[in-house]
Amino acid sequence: MSEKVLKTLKNKFADAVLDTHSFRGDDTAIVKRDSIVEMCTFLKESPDTAFDMPIDVTCVDYSAYPESRDATARFMVVYHLRSNSLNHRIRLKVPLEEDDAVVDSVAGVWRGVTWFEREVYDMFGVKFHGHPDLRRLLLYPEFQGHPLRKEYPVRGYQPPMDMPTLNGDPIPGATVDEEDEE
Amino acid sequence: MSANNPQVPDLATREMFLQMGPSHPAMHGTVKMNLSVDGETIKDIDIHIGYLHRGFEKMCENRTYNQCFPYADRLNYVSPAINNVGLALALEKLLGIEVPLRTQYIRTIISEIARIQDHLTAIAASALELGGFTAMLWGVEARDHYYYLFEELAGARVTLSYCRVGGVAHDLPEGFEEKFEECAQRTEELQADIDTLLTRNRIFMDRMCDVGAVSGEDAIEWGFTGPCLRASGVPYDVRKDHPYLVYDKVDFEVPVGHKGDNFDRYLVRMEEIRQSISIVRQCFKQMPEGPVNVGDWQVTLPPKDEVYDTIEGMISNFKLVFEGVKIPPGEVYGYVEGGNGEVGFYVVADGTGKPYRLHVRPPCFAIMQALADMVTGHMIADIIPTFDSINMIGGEIDR
Repeated sequence: MSEKVLKTLKNKFADAVLDTHSFRGDDTAIVKRDSIVEMCTFLKESPDTAFDMPIDVTCVDYSAYPESRDATARFMVVYHLRSNSLNHRIRLKVPLEEDDAVVDSVAGVWRGVTWFEREVYDMFGVKFHGHPDLRRLLLYPEFQGHPLRKEYPVRGYQPPMDMPTLNGDPIPGATVDEEDEE
Repeated sequence: MSANNPQVPDLATREMFLQMGPSHPAMHGTVKMNLSVDGETIKDIDIHIGYLHRGFEKMCENRTYNQCFPYADRLNYVSPAINNVGLALALEKLLGIEVPLRTQYIRTIISEIARIQDHLTAIAASALELGGFTAMLWGVEARDHYYYLFEELAGARVTLSYCRVGGVAHDLPEGFEEKFEECAQRTEELQADIDTLLTRNRIFMDRMCDVGAVSGEDAIEWGFTGPCLRASGVPYDVRKDHPYLVYDKVDFEVPVGHKGDNFDRYLVRMEEIRQSISIVRQCFKQMPEGPVNVGDWQVTLPPKDEVYDTIEGMISNFKLVFEGVKIPPGEVYGYVEGGNGEVGFYVVADGTGKPYRLHVRPPCFAIMQALADMVTGHMIADIIPTFDSINMIGGEIDR
């Protein structure tokens, strides 16, 4: 990772960078959500940073860990970026409040975050404004709740679903005959 | 009149929807594709994953650190040893410790054997689904020899659970090097046979060449890593660019392709098998004697005679088993070169014996999202070799 990038970020976006820290060689910048797209575009296009490769997007629910330095808000969306030409990395974290868990999507900057953002939406309920296709990814559309939130029980049960239909009609073979049920 | 053949009048066509998978002979990782096709040309694909979602990340939040290793095995079940090593390295990065040199060599050896297995499986499966059943049997035979080797090492053929925080479970069994050498020689014979059968095979090349091509820039923007990125001509390999374990002490080449099509991905994997065998041989030559864990009772289990005979040993054993390794607060992203690319573990520790959050970055996740782009405009039949050359692993992508 690169501390130089943290300095560049702090100079360029003095208002938007809330905090920075380096731990075991991982450099992290905590940034305001309003400037995430602008910042990512800068990080990708500036020749000094050149973060052309999105590695990972995930989220942390800090509600059960208020002592953490980063627990300034309930959710932190975490971006890991890598530069292929300069071979350095950085982590960006965006704090989001529970009642307003919306952040601008960076899918317009790197196409490669599309599914990662869908997964964060699926697992945490964080919405990505401007995402081209924000649907659940790993779970099914009828799933209730967001399982990686801390309040979701480890042994959570989901209500039974109706049988799938095809244009309103039962799908042949997918229905249970009454005789079989006995 | 049809543009291609003026003798044939235009036929009325309409877009058709096909559902491919999740239980389909070619969808060997339970994935569903909703295709819109015009004739045989793919207009649009909607890929549904998640059929193998087991809640790995949620489970890990409720287990001690060492209890996460068996789950990590079940991510990429084609090369489980690499996941094991990757998780151990991420947790050790968080602890700020480095394991003894012999342990690092052992981990490198099992990672590379797992890579050989992974690539053999990927090649065998591609051959199978294109009709090359013989090549599949050869690939699977070679892989099976390593399963026997691993059975001797860890007691399990596939899911080893051999790594621990701060070391590995125990030392290599007697005669491991000689047995590996036998497996490696047999692999080389079988690989030469596969090479003769496939590499210049007209049918195989027709299905693989210029299908599913991705340019280097696109591959980077999609977040490709591993053989798929290298086939597009980008020489990024975690083992070279961010060396971990003893990869800076061994000599190996990183093969790259230039077109990024399925055939390039096949060739890259073939060469990486050879390189991995060479790495393991060098490791056995260089490997020193020494302990196989850090020997700190705060991190690794004390030896059994200490547990039974001393109060300190017993207490450490009890606390490690029941409470887990107490990893101080912090967050790291640890990454290794897996069979499909960069396997990353993002761990947030809160000072207890369980991870507060453990996220896996599966390499084929980033690659699968580009599949729709890679095959749109091609034929339905082109999905099969492209999907195979991506080597999607259900356990890894769905977690």
